[in-house]
Amino acid sequence: MHIVVLVKPVPDPASGGERLGADGRLDRTSAPAVVNGNCEYALEAALKLAAASEESEVTLVSMAPASAPETLRKALAMGATRGIHVTDSALAGSCAVSTARVLAAALRPLTFDLLLAGVDTSDGLGGTVPAGVAAHLGLPLLSYAARIEPDEGARTVRVRRISPTGYDLLEAPMPAVISCTQALGEPRYPSLKGIMAARSKEITTRSLADLKIDPSTVGGAVATTAVLDARTPPPRGATEIVRGDAEEGAARIVDLLAQRRII
Amino acid sequence: MGELWVIGEPTPDGGLARISAEVATLAREVGAQGSRQVVGIAIGAAPDAMAGELGRYVPAVRAITEPRAAEHAWSAIAAAQVAGLLGAAGEPPDLVLVGAGPDGRDMAGALSALTGLGVLTSATAVAWTDAGPAVEMAPFGGKLLTTSGFTVGRGIVTVRPNVVTAVPADTAGSVRADDGAASSLPAVRVLDRVSEAGAAAPIEEAKIIVAGGRGVGGPDGFGLVQQLADELDGVVGATRAAVDSGWIAYSQQIGQTGKIVKPELYLALGISGAIQHKVGMQTAGTIVAVNRDPDAPIAEFADLLVVGDLFEVGAALLERLRARPG
Repeated sequence: MHIVVLVKPVPDPASGGERLGADGRLDRTSAPAVVNGNCEYALEAALKLAAASEESEVTLVSMAPASAPETLRKALAMGATRGIHVTDSALAGSCAVSTARVLAAALRPLTFDLLLAGVDTSDGLGGTVPAGVAAHLGLPLLSYAARIEPDEGARTVRVRRISPTGYDLLEAPMPAVISCTQALGEPRYPSLKGIMAARSKEITTRSLADLKIDPSTVGGAVATTAVLDARTPPPRGATEIVRGDAEEGAARIVDLLAQRRII
Repeated sequence: MGELWVIGEPTPDGGLARISAEVATLAREVGAQGSRQVVGIAIGAAPDAMAGELGRYVPAVRAITEPRAAEHAWSAIAAAQVAGLLGAAGEPPDLVLVGAGPDGRDMAGALSALTGLGVLTSATAVAWTDAGPAVEMAPFGGKLLTTSGFTVGRGIVTVRPNVVTAVPADTAGSVRADDGAASSLPAVRVLDRVSEAGAAAPIEEAKIIVAGGRGVGGPDGFGLVQQLADELDGVVGATRAAVDSGWIAYSQQIGQTGKIVKPELYLALGISGAIQHKVGMQTAGTIVAVNRDPDAPIAEFADLLVVGDLFEVGAALLERLRARPG
């Protein structure tokens, strides 16, 4: 089975340093880049599915600035076979429309059974790219996966999609696009062996010319959306700290909730 | 007159999702600011119930019957139908608004790909200004607030739950049946819809959340969390540590790889407030924490921190809430 995983480098949410530059775009020097959390769950699911099937390969695809091989290398160390790095200076400032279109162009030449992506990324929390890529490729989208069960003989895949009250059991023919959640399981840590092996794994670079996309049709100059203003949210008021016995604490909570008309 | 479209999302029994009532209410406000006509779009195998409910909020609803919606995932079907309507519209709408939950995000992503329209996601406010629509978002887990617009003058917006309170319009809107378009996207079959024991309303829509963390100590400890949630008409939430320990379902997880919530009250029991959790709840109206450790990070962004044992304080709180008159 050949599984492709979309991987996005994001500013480390634990760093607390994320900010926008004067152009309204992410200032990539503001925080160290890490692999997006939900992308790691997608990769872990792909590695498990690959291990359960014969002659499997896992290919990473990442659209990111030229510095991305570092994060891509970390994802390769978890056990993926190879990486494809879509990068071009003309892609800077691309909106979600360009991103989905360019990713689809990079995926079109590949032959795969499943395409896995995180349901969203921690930077923008947009969550629209998996569905956009699926629509461009004309492939079925099975989203918010908590479990993935391919049937290679029947060439179909079943997914448990998280619903507000439980889950929906979805089925579609392969190839299919699946958006992945944490419910798929904890991502593995790269082993020392994996880290060593990742150094020699192949990362292919694809430019817009390789994808036959006119650079003037993507990037910041033709972005469909623009940030008009960015500001730090107003700080929350000071914290009131109550020490004392449990009754005192409970009484203060009830007072506050009543005062704010919550109860 | 330009239009704003609100895409109604279905509940499992064919009604209108609460998020759509909120989005419709918001659209009415934006429409009044920008002198735009608000139109609801209801797509389903039997869309009349959803269309009727949507009509309580907006002056005009177009109902499209799509038989395949009964046994197929809604978002791809809806995106194809909305793309069809957009293609047929003389003057396309200025905004297409939909909820920022799973169905809305899937629909918005596919619609954007089909039409080339830009999409602004997880809006926390939308207004109409002299320059057109202004969409407020809270990227990086709420560390920033941004206001964005569409460079081409129109686009798609996904709206977070609890941005506005759903309020029906003074007069009910008209519902008109509309022809559907041939679908251009592959439909995904739904073989089964499974309800799990203990499943609650979507946590993103809850006005009150009582959440437990590592300090709750185990599945039994969540009994008290649940009792408090029930007493407050709220929903139980949890940190990733509690979910990873198997004490509660992932659907209730709040934070970076779980749900982003904005309730009126967030009552945090035994939650330290690590950044991964904070990004999921820091925009809550009121944050009350009970924690043994006065130096836990949550002490920096809660409105009230009660230092103490969560079981003792929780039990005392439950008693006082139950003793309230009425």
